[in-house]
Amino acid sequence: MAVKIFIATDQLDSVLEKLATKIDLWIPALLKEDKSGPTGFIPYEPGKSPVFERQTTLPTKKLLLPQVETLLRFEYKKDPEGGSTSSIVVDDARQVRPTLVFGARSCDVRALITMDRVFSQGPYVDPYYVERRKNTFFATLVCEQNDSKCFCSSVGGGPADMEGSHLKIVKLDEGYVVEALTKEAGSLLEGLGEAVDKAKDTKAGKIVKEASKRIVGDLDTKGCAEAFRNRFAQNDFWVQMVSQCLSCGVCTYVCPTCYCFTITDETQNLKGERMRSWDSCMFSQYTLEASGHNPRPTKLERYRNRVGHKFSYIPEKYEGILGCCGCGRCIRSCPVTIDIRQVVGNLKENSNEQ
Amino acid sequence: MNNNPYLPEMATVQEVITETGNIRTLRVTLDNKERMDQFSFRPGQVGQLSVFGTGESTFVINSPPTRKDYLQFSVMKTGEVTSRIHQLNAGDKVGVRAPLGNGFDFEAMKGHDILFIGGGIGMAPLRTLLLYMIDNRADYGDITVIYGARSPKDLCFTYEFADWRAGNVNLVLTVDAEFPGWKERVGFVPTVLNEEAPSPNNRLAVVCGPPIMIKFVLFNLKELGYEDPQIITTLEKRMKCGIGICGRCNAGSKYVCLDGPVFSYDQIRAMGGEL
Repeated sequence: MAVKIFIATDQLDSVLEKLATKIDLWIPALLKEDKSGPTGFIPYEPGKSPVFERQTTLPTKKLLLPQVETLLRFEYKKDPEGGSTSSIVVDDARQVRPTLVFGARSCDVRALITMDRVFSQGPYVDPYYVERRKNTFFATLVCEQNDSKCFCSSVGGGPADMEGSHLKIVKLDEGYVVEALTKEAGSLLEGLGEAVDKAKDTKAGKIVKEASKRIVGDLDTKGCAEAFRNRFAQNDFWVQMVSQCLSCGVCTYVCPTCYCFTITDETQNLKGERMRSWDSCMFSQYTLEASGHNPRPTKLERYRNRVGHKFSYIPEKYEGILGCCGCGRCIRSCPVTIDIRQVVGNLKENSNEQ
Repeated sequence: MNNNPYLPEMATVQEVITETGNIRTLRVTLDNKERMDQFSFRPGQVGQLSVFGTGESTFVINSPPTRKDYLQFSVMKTGEVTSRIHQLNAGDKVGVRAPLGNGFDFEAMKGHDILFIGGGIGMAPLRTLLLYMIDNRADYGDITVIYGARSPKDLCFTYEFADWRAGNVNLVLTVDAEFPGWKERVGFVPTVLNEEAPSPNNRLAVVCGPPIMIKFVLFNLKELGYEDPQIITTLEKRMKCGIGICGRCNAGSKYVCLDGPVFSYDQIRAMGGEL
């Protein structure tokens, strides 16, 4: 029997407080005082109330791929005899603690299907990601967002999709029904909340059932990889699609499946760190070579690469899975209203003409 | 390599050779002697050379697997990391992540005549395969090398040209313009290629050099009757991770660092993407 508990709305804070003693707990919350301002995931603190009403502005991405992280540390050591540099100590900087994200959404978790392939399918496995992934648990809300920018059902997900989640959260008027989907997650719930009575269980079941029936988004992604290849060299098409792009990169910043990064060394005196930080394919420097040559010199090539990466290159490389989780964040955040659904939809429209 | 592909192995610079005004060659050995003895790679595979505190850059290991006293990297001073590498001396410590990438399919090349066409620093990736073939000379037919640079001062590996010729290699050297004391050919590489016109019969062309040279060499090779699968090159891209993850060196769904850098022209055409 799966472990299932009920948390009354006024008990949520005390339950989260107890949960936080068992595991590092992250919740969706306001990033500024402004109630309508941006939201994102932050470490839980007593008194901080989670924002479950709307999808977070920023995804859970940084839990697995921090915006900046240390890959290794090094230190030049002076040889007391010779006085010159004699050795370098390099150590791997990993420190990962078990973490629970309470209040993720299925799109956030679905993104990990893409991320997992990239970081752990090999031939090279990224140990930093893999270790975080193993130690990060997701309590996922059965989603009631369904706004005009969402399209999770178009990319294989759905509002009640629990693939990859460890706990399921169903929001009722009077509180939350939380169900463990794995044994390990069940032990996290021990001693928390109260038993779920039949009425609440039925209500929760109904909400889940309705959510699983909901089709969110109407983008047809079938054949998009091939359509992209056919469109690749049609400059007119891409000019039309991205003429208003500002190359600001916000679409990649808010995207749960955008993982491209750069590696740089930071150093002070004889000590330093090699860091990895988020990068963006929307920036011209991303591919600029030391010789001055740039394979993607304008926003046209760069935006085309972003669409291609998600809807053609990733499916081609990883047995058809898409590099998009349908969260709609790039559409919501774009200052010039570029809509990736339109671009992908248009790939197929008359793609053999022009 | 260890189980963390981002961790370099410590290595020591054994020798620095000044090739040209802006190209230096470093010979390095891994500090772990056992690893150095076991180190195996294919000609054309690359390594990430790092100077801790400045960063990492990708270079082909241009010494062949048949000569393993050291790993050799030739570095043109162009950016931040390469400038720092140019300051290194024998005895200095560097990090090495290698071997990475695919390398040349030297097995499939057996029994063929080979035409190397190199320009400037582009000779480095060809050198490893050339020396491998010289060390296994009986496996390959005619080996012709057309190597050019702006001036005699811009040619790399000049100190071993005699050894190449002694290895039964038809070495054709050329510079862009007349130069006092220069006794070899004068003219751009694509022009010299047309003058030499090596038959495409049972021959593979291995090309590396600046984009403008590649462009005209390709055109001329096609004119000479070479088909796309007979033309092999090593691609260049900005790289960071070197292991097919960080995202920037893709051409279509292929990563130059992982699936390349060696591709034949039919493969390049099939993968699409920006070059």
